[in-house]
Amino acid sequence: MASVKETLTGPIFKNNPIALQILGICSALAVTSSLKVTLVMCVALTLVTAFANFFVSIIRKQIPGSIRIIVQMVIIASLVIVVDQFLKAYAYNISKQLSVFVGLIITNCIVMGRAEAFAMKNPPIPSFFDGVGNGLGYSVVLIAVATVRELFGAGKLLGFEILPLVTEGGWYNPNGLLLLPPSAFFLIGGFIWVLRSVRKEQVEKPDYTMASHTPLKEGV
Amino acid sequence: MEHYLSLFVRSIFIENMALAFFLGMCTFLAISKKIQPALGLGIAVTVVLTITVPANYLIHAYLLKEGALAWAGLPEVDLSFLGLLSYIGVIAAIVQILEMFLDKFVPALYNALGIFLPLITVNCAILGASLFMVERDYNLAESAVYGAGSGVGWALAIVALAGIREKLKYSDIPQGLQGLGITFMAAGLMSLGFMSFGGIDI
Repeated sequence: MASVKETLTGPIFKNNPIALQILGICSALAVTSSLKVTLVMCVALTLVTAFANFFVSIIRKQIPGSIRIIVQMVIIASLVIVVDQFLKAYAYNISKQLSVFVGLIITNCIVMGRAEAFAMKNPPIPSFFDGVGNGLGYSVVLIAVATVRELFGAGKLLGFEILPLVTEGGWYNPNGLLLLPPSAFFLIGGFIWVLRSVRKEQVEKPDYTMASHTPLKEGV
Repeated sequence: MEHYLSLFVRSIFIENMALAFFLGMCTFLAISKKIQPALGLGIAVTVVLTITVPANYLIHAYLLKEGALAWAGLPEVDLSFLGLLSYIGVIAAIVQILEMFLDKFVPALYNALGIFLPLITVNCAILGASLFMVERDYNLAESAVYGAGSGVGWALAIVALAGIREKLKYSDIPQGLQGLGITFMAAGLMSLGFMSFGGIDI
């Protein structure tokens, strides 16, 4: 089944939901200051996307076109409630740190976008893998950003000390900017830059190109 | 009165929805190419936020909160797990009603907002404001002020970004950074700028 592999790996680099489709950026920026929280968020989002795709696809022939958004919304919201309750029961501290962002998976455009664009047209199994793939694409960006932010901002990864801080007798002087919200913008911007330098076909056309420089001839 | 003013200012500048909490980012980046549509969307978001946050407060306080159903003789019932589903339902319904109302009574505004109204349902800033309202235990008046303030803050941010992007298209940007990449950088710099409001307290 080459197509399963394609739907699974395609969204990771070739068609990344964050870098190319501009979907699901809100949470990508807000939860990435610590790696542990980010991992939980990634797992939650991947599961919700996969199962939302799966269930929407099962009933895709029964949903009347005019109310499909509401139906998708109800399915997604129910799944998010399950995730939210699960986190509150088994990982209360992390759920406190994520605060409203678990709930905001509902309005995460990746989930809605994939349900609308893929699951409405494809059978359940490929839809499920498409959901997993897009969840992974989102996770790759988030984990990359969170690793940089936690490692260079606090000198730790998952709470373990990697770079001993100056304040604790080590040598590493932490970059405080990376713990502040704006750094996520720069890191994702940089990630997009790297991705698009490797894959030239993703580069956007400029609205306005500069005329090339034509030097004046001597003696005009 | 002072308390509300302080909450209003804080929700516009210090706790700016777009630049401090990154809510409503998808539309924030997608609809900020030109000032005019950005302004229309900003107004629509402000209106919807001002209505939905107090509405969701009422739902939360009188239907869902632990012990909220005491007026119906059911003091033990705790429906707070239904929160997410009800808030998004309320938001979707209010946006729909607002759309029909504007279409019938204020067609000029309806035409101006047009395509943006349905988009707002899935804008995380709207749901986010309701969830923050629940988390921070605001009362009815506070939630109305908070809704309005965060709407104005979001509108301010998107119009400012649109202004920057209109100028930015004439600049010479490295190829891979073209479009989305540079927009992220610009938004990051704006976010840094907004952080300087941090110490303000009225």
